[in-house]
Amino acid sequence: MKARIKITLKTGVLDPQGKAILNALGALGFAGVEDVRQGKYIEVDLAETDASKARETVDKMCRDLLANMVIENYAFELV
Amino acid sequence: MKASVIVFPGSNCDRDVKVAIEAVTGKPVNMIWHGDATVPASDVIVLPGGFSYGDYLRCGAMAAHSPIMRDVVRKAKAGTPVLGICNGFQVLCETELLPGTLQRNASLQFVCRDVWLRVENASTFFTNQYRKNEIIRVPVGHGDGNYFAARETLDDLESSGRVVLRYVDRHGKATPEANPNGAQRNIAGICDPTGRVLGLMPHPERLFEPALGGTDGRRFFESMLTRIAA
Repeated sequence: MKARIKITLKTGVLDPQGKAILNALGALGFAGVEDVRQGKYIEVDLAETDASKARETVDKMCRDLLANMVIENYAFELV
Repeated sequence: MKASVIVFPGSNCDRDVKVAIEAVTGKPVNMIWHGDATVPASDVIVLPGGFSYGDYLRCGAMAAHSPIMRDVVRKAKAGTPVLGICNGFQVLCETELLPGTLQRNASLQFVCRDVWLRVENASTFFTNQYRKNEIIRVPVGHGDGNYFAARETLDDLESSGRVVLRYVDRHGKATPEANPNGAQRNIAGICDPTGRVLGLMPHPERLFEPALGGTDGRRFFESMLTRIAA
């Protein structure tokens, strides 16, 4: 089983890298880009076959290490 | 006086801080590898500057979960003073011994220069040899020093005197221009409720004797020596 985890900055948290990407897109001539927020995408391969146990484990992984709950949210899907 | 400096893979100010502490205290400093299970009994533990674990995932995130940090957190909660400098501050935030986090500098640029700081709390374990509101000059060198915490956390830090150091101009004003990284409320260093766990982005060990160009950082180490001797 594989967990596909997306980690994103919480609303209102400054994202200087997103801003730099926004500016670069503008400089390249992409018009109409209103905002850019950068996040992380992580794939974790699990030996677990029980989806509810896997969900519990991945949730704890996110809270303990993968996301910083001060500034980030996380979401994941199991495939 | 027994000080222990924790060495992570990627630490690069560990020997600098060892030299500074030994020069000020006259006592040898333990260097403790991150993979060890315990820190020997110490009067103070220092988490040095650097790029532990290559800053993978987030600055300080991997170091915060290394074997030695379980014991550092345990000892800190039992009252052992802990000083986190630069990357060490990031590690302290990731362990949640200190609130908030250090984000990428607002400028996106690595900042390496001297900054002016106002000592806002001169009664902590590490700042008791400064005067309250004294302006000092200490270098910074970081890409991720932009202190962030929720508004309620910031208000709580302010009202409980736990904002220990603030970036200011040479006249002591906390202006946006004096802020090297975009830190909220110009925060350069904070402490825990006991004043025994302190995290700061600037590097006092880089200006502790005249040969380095200044001595404003020296009293961080004299402060801890004073407390330990007391």
